[in-house]
Amino acid sequence: MSEEDDLDLSSLNDEELVQQMHDDLYDGLKEEIEEGVNILLERGWQPYDVLTKALVEGMRIVGIDFRDGILFVPEVLMAANAMKGGMAILRPLLAETGAPKMGKMVIGTVKGDIHDIGKNLVSMMMEGAGFEVVDIGINNAVEDYLAALEEHQPDILGMSALLTTTMPYMKVVIEALKEKGIRSDYVVLVGGAPLNEAFGEAVGADAYCRDAAVAVETAKSFMSRRQGSALAGLQAAGD
Amino acid sequence: MPGESLTRPSTLLIACGALAREVKHLLDVNGWSHMTLTCLPADLHNTPQQIPGAMRRKIRASRDRYDRIVALYGDCGTGGLLDDVLRDEGVERIPGPHCYQFYMGTDDFTRLAEAEPGTFFLTDYLVRHFDRLIIKGLGLDRFPQLRDDYFGHYVQLVYLAQTEDPELDKAAQAAAERLGLIYARRLTGYGELETFMAEAGHGDNAVQPVPAMRLSR
Repeated sequence: MSEEDDLDLSSLNDEELVQQMHDDLYDGLKEEIEEGVNILLERGWQPYDVLTKALVEGMRIVGIDFRDGILFVPEVLMAANAMKGGMAILRPLLAETGAPKMGKMVIGTVKGDIHDIGKNLVSMMMEGAGFEVVDIGINNAVEDYLAALEEHQPDILGMSALLTTTMPYMKVVIEALKEKGIRSDYVVLVGGAPLNEAFGEAVGADAYCRDAAVAVETAKSFMSRRQGSALAGLQAAGD
Repeated sequence: MPGESLTRPSTLLIACGALAREVKHLLDVNGWSHMTLTCLPADLHNTPQQIPGAMRRKIRASRDRYDRIVALYGDCGTGGLLDDVLRDEGVERIPGPHCYQFYMGTDDFTRLAEAEPGTFFLTDYLVRHFDRLIIKGLGLDRFPQLRDDYFGHYVQLVYLAQTEDPELDKAAQAAAERLGLIYARRLTGYGELETFMAEAGHGDNAVQPVPAMRLSR
C-alpha cells in the first residue's frame, strides 16, 4: 500500500484538505470525497462553501483537463460519481441553510434517445452552481417537456441528444413551444456530442453548450441578462 | 443499360476503416476492379470532430487520379459536418447516419430503433474489436463499475451479422452478457452497402446526393 493510501484526511488543515479533495475528485475517489465533505462540515464549514470551494472547483479542474484532451470520458465519469457522493451529503443541508439560488432548470434527453451521461453531468454542475435542477430523464416526447415546464415553471429548458438521428427532435420541441406562444418564457439550451453551434441556431435554441462548464456559464449569463431586464422593467414602471 | 459505358469510370471509395474488410470482400467477389478502396482510420469514431477534416484531405489528395469519388461513411456523430464537407467537395455518400442503418436497411432499422431505443448494435467489425473499442475505449477495463453509467438504459444488444460465423456469434453473445443485455442476432449481409457500391460503380445517376443532415430554420 502506498503512503498516499494511508493519508489521514482529518490530519490536514482546511487548505490542505480542500486541495486534497480536488486531487481526490480528479482521481474519482468517492469515499475520500465523502469523508472530506464530512470533515469540513464537522469543522463548521457552511455546506455552500464545501460545495463551491471543494467540489465545484475540483470539477472545474476536471472539466478543463477534459476539454484539453488530458482526461477522457471514463475519468470524468469517475470524478462525477465521486462528486455525486459529496452532493448526496450536502443536498439536504443546502436546502436547510438556504444557499443562494441562481435559477431553475428543467432538463431531459429527447425522444428516442436513452443517453444521459452528458445530461447528468450538466445537471450536477448546474446544481453545484446554485441552480435548482429538475431532471426529467431520458426519451422525452414533446408532451413530457411541456408538462414539466408547466409544473415546474423553470427559467431554463435544457435538451440533450447523443444521436444524429434523435437530435432533430429538439426542433420539434421548440416549435411546440412557439405554437403555444411560450417560447420566449424560457431560455432554451441544447447540447450533446453530435451537435454544434450552427445546429443550435438552426433549431431555434438560445445557445448550444459544448460541455457542462459552458452550460453553467451560459445559464448564468442568460440569468443575469434576464434579471437585468426585469430590473430595467421595474425601474421604467417606477418612472 | 442507359448510363453504362464500355469503360467503367475509375472510382475511389473512401471508407471508414470499420468497413474495410466488407468493402474489400464485395470488390473481390463482384470483380469491381475499376473501384479502388482507401480508408480513414476507424478509431476516428472516438474523435468524430476530426472526421470531416480527414475526409477533405483524403479527397483533395486523390481527386486528380479518379473519375469520381464516393464516401462509404455514416454521419458517425459529426452532426452533419461530414456532409457539409462532402457537399463542398462534390462527393456523394451512402445515405444513413451510421453503418447499422445501411447494413440493416433503412426501414428495418428505423422500426427497430423506434420500438426499442435501448438497443446497442454490433457489426462483424465491432464484435472482432469489442475489447479494444468498447471495453478499453470506454475505460471499462480500468473502471468496470462504470458499466451501468454507459449501458444502464440499454435493454438489448443486437448483433447485425454480415457473415455466417459461429465464432463471431459466440463472441457477440459473450459481449451481451458482459454488458448485461439481452442478446439477439440478425443476419443482414451487406445490405444497402452492396447496392450502393454497385450503383456507384456504374457511375450512373442512381446514386443520389447526400441529403442534408442539418435543419434549416
